[in-house]
Amino acid sequence: MTQHSGAQSDVFVPTGKLQFGVFFQGVNSGTIWKAAESGSQTDFESFRRIVQTAERGLFAAFFLGEGLRLREHLGRPHALDVVGRPDAQTMLAALASVTTNIGLVATQNTTYNDPADLAHRLSSLDLISRGRAAWNIVTTDNAWTGANFRRGGYLDHADRYRHAEAFVETAKRIWDSWETAEGPAGRVLHEGQHYTVDVTPRLPRSAQYRPVLFQAGDSPEGRDFAARQADVIFSAHPKFDAAVEFRKDLVARSLNAGRGANAVQIMPASEFILAPTADEAAAKKEWVRSLQIGPQQAVAYLEQFWGRELSAYDPDGPLPEIDPVVEETSETRGSGFHGAKARQLADQWRAEAKDKGLSIRQFVTSRTARVDATFTGSYSAVADQLAEYARVGAVDGFNISPWLIPSGLDDIVNHLVPELQERGVYPTEYRGSTLRENLALATPVRSVEAARAL
Amino acid sequence: MSTTEEHATEAGHTGFLAIELDGAGWDGGDFASLAEAVLAVESAGFHAATFTDAPVAGRTNALQRAAYAGPVTRSIALVPEVDTVHTEPFHVSTQLASLDYVSGGRAGWIATAAESPEAAAAVGRSDVTGAALAQEAAASIEVSRRLWDSWEDDAVIRDVATGRYIDVDKLHHADFETPADFAGAGYSVKGPSIIPRPLQGQLPVLAAASLVGEGQVSADGVDAVLVTAPTPELLAAEIRDVRSRLGAPVAVVAELDVVLDSRGLAAADRAAGSESGRARYAGTAAGLADLLESLLVEADGVRLHPASLALELDELSRLVLPELRRRGALRAPVPGGTFRDLLGLTRPASRYTDSSAATAAGN
Repeated sequence: MTQHSGAQSDVFVPTGKLQFGVFFQGVNSGTIWKAAESGSQTDFESFRRIVQTAERGLFAAFFLGEGLRLREHLGRPHALDVVGRPDAQTMLAALASVTTNIGLVATQNTTYNDPADLAHRLSSLDLISRGRAAWNIVTTDNAWTGANFRRGGYLDHADRYRHAEAFVETAKRIWDSWETAEGPAGRVLHEGQHYTVDVTPRLPRSAQYRPVLFQAGDSPEGRDFAARQADVIFSAHPKFDAAVEFRKDLVARSLNAGRGANAVQIMPASEFILAPTADEAAAKKEWVRSLQIGPQQAVAYLEQFWGRELSAYDPDGPLPEIDPVVEETSETRGSGFHGAKARQLADQWRAEAKDKGLSIRQFVTSRTARVDATFTGSYSAVADQLAEYARVGAVDGFNISPWLIPSGLDDIVNHLVPELQERGVYPTEYRGSTLRENLALATPVRSVEAARAL
Repeated sequence: MSTTEEHATEAGHTGFLAIELDGAGWDGGDFASLAEAVLAVESAGFHAATFTDAPVAGRTNALQRAAYAGPVTRSIALVPEVDTVHTEPFHVSTQLASLDYVSGGRAGWIATAAESPEAAAAVGRSDVTGAALAQEAAASIEVSRRLWDSWEDDAVIRDVATGRYIDVDKLHHADFETPADFAGAGYSVKGPSIIPRPLQGQLPVLAAASLVGEGQVSADGVDAVLVTAPTPELLAAEIRDVRSRLGAPVAVVAELDVVLDSRGLAAADRAAGSESGRARYAGTAAGLADLLESLLVEADGVRLHPASLALELDELSRLVLPELRRRGALRAPVPGGTFRDLLGLTRPASRYTDSSAATAAGN
């Protein structure tokens, strides 16, 4: 198996290459459902088409998010955004039978899963897909989500990474405990503050040894966690200068964690709005934005932060002059609610909107559209831009969220990928059949003795 | 024999055949792949494939194996065992609903509840035993069913004029709580589900007949039961017994181990070994056809557990199933049919449909 020359070295070495992943969002306002060509977010055929298009474009990985409770708005499920998605691993197991090379990444929460059960299911996916599974590790800390689970809301915010790390270590021990020829090496025990695990692992290792680990947190704790545990970090810093900064920071943290400078790869979340010419791309961007954030969505977005109904406000007028509800009530939950910080946030936003002369709709569009994460332009101009990322090693690739399902990757695969290949910065074939091979990651070999000693 | 045929024809009650695919193992066992194995049983004419989830070394998650089989098959129902005791009901419900999506409405669920100190220790719980097992199973089935109903069928409206993707009046909190006398640690599930209602509305739920009945999982909670007897001779009597105990709405599926004369090897020589507790037929393909024909008069279906998937499937597909079709004992596969269709079940409305209509009317 190949690996970066710098994986064990203390000097970062750019590979000069990029790889793509696709993040089938399935939910939220980034996915356009109002256009004539918008398909279903839940039909299997939508997933099949996206993943097969991605594989045709030699994408390294196909990502699915995880939902554990529907977002609510003023005490009820949110009416305006795309909502509803299948279980990640079940869908990926199905997609494994209609693909051969692309990696299959399941976002799975460490808080509302049991380590032995999740490790077994991920290992199953890895075997069923013949070495293509990955786990995007995320954490939750809120009791609101816990209302759907046996343990309820048991974890403090401060504990979530400590808990996640114990969880991941336990999963790794389960995966590492079965060497190819020897069978299971015995029980894996873990006794922690929040749970106890006593399990005899049942599955052999896969063609890629064990699932690849992705991580998406961005706080200092999240970055350190990724530097210690992950193979790939799914970052929020796609802009060139920020990406270079993030690389520096992550290399330092990786070295600090005793790993090589290239040990953790970086794939920022991104969105592409492409056309043959710059003008066409700019026009397309206007169209995309108008469909992503309609007038009702703009007002509803503010309602999440204000904690109260704002339907009397004109989406094309200024931000509401009334103040948010500050108490943390059970009215509004989900991605937005900031409780006591809400009033301060409202003041700040009103000032910003006034300063820039933005209406509610314009302001919300500027906040919600992935401004940093969007590459807009002609195929060749964007390819030039990306080639520069590859040259300096700002990132290892991009994790693309298509704004249209199921045709949203077509222009990327048909036009952008060939341009990148011409520039020598994108693969022209899959290196191998496992995700670890295709990402050029080192094999995490551990002896039975080492696994036992953990 | 003629009375048999008359009964089958009159009642329009020909049966179906399921096959336990576990012999295929995670990599297909004798087959090159799980996809090849499931395609082989589909083209042999089986109506359903089941996937065991017992904690055996080398065996991957049953639900994922069923999901993998979904896109490569067209008519066969895919029915994994999923434990109800040491799993998270919310996850189980979502996974099963997703299986229904990836299989085009051909998913089912064998809800299991077995005493297992190992499974309990793996998730850090104390062992669940006796009557508490059935209580856990009943709770898990009820949570899943509520979550499957929590999105009404027409909840996704995609109404461009109002900007609404869903009609929030058609999404419901499941608000499940374990009963007051629950033996294990009680819990609640809020809902709604994170995935729209399964294609079948409700997936058919199967369970061992020994788990269903008074004081256990109620007969209303399941759509079919799996009936086991120690010998083929006792199986028909046991089926009649279960049917009279549980009543007509519950379909009955008989369990049968099968070892056939195959590739020059006598079944009798191959039959030695593992004891499953199930009735076992060992012998010729013709003898099996006779036995299945008689069982399908009593049962709605029979699930076969072949000693070796590859060896038995050879005989089953060449000799046994064609003969049963010739005799009119097997239901014709319905192209594009759901598992509910196979079991003769209609697609139910969401339990919340009426209440929301009433609420809307009240407003």
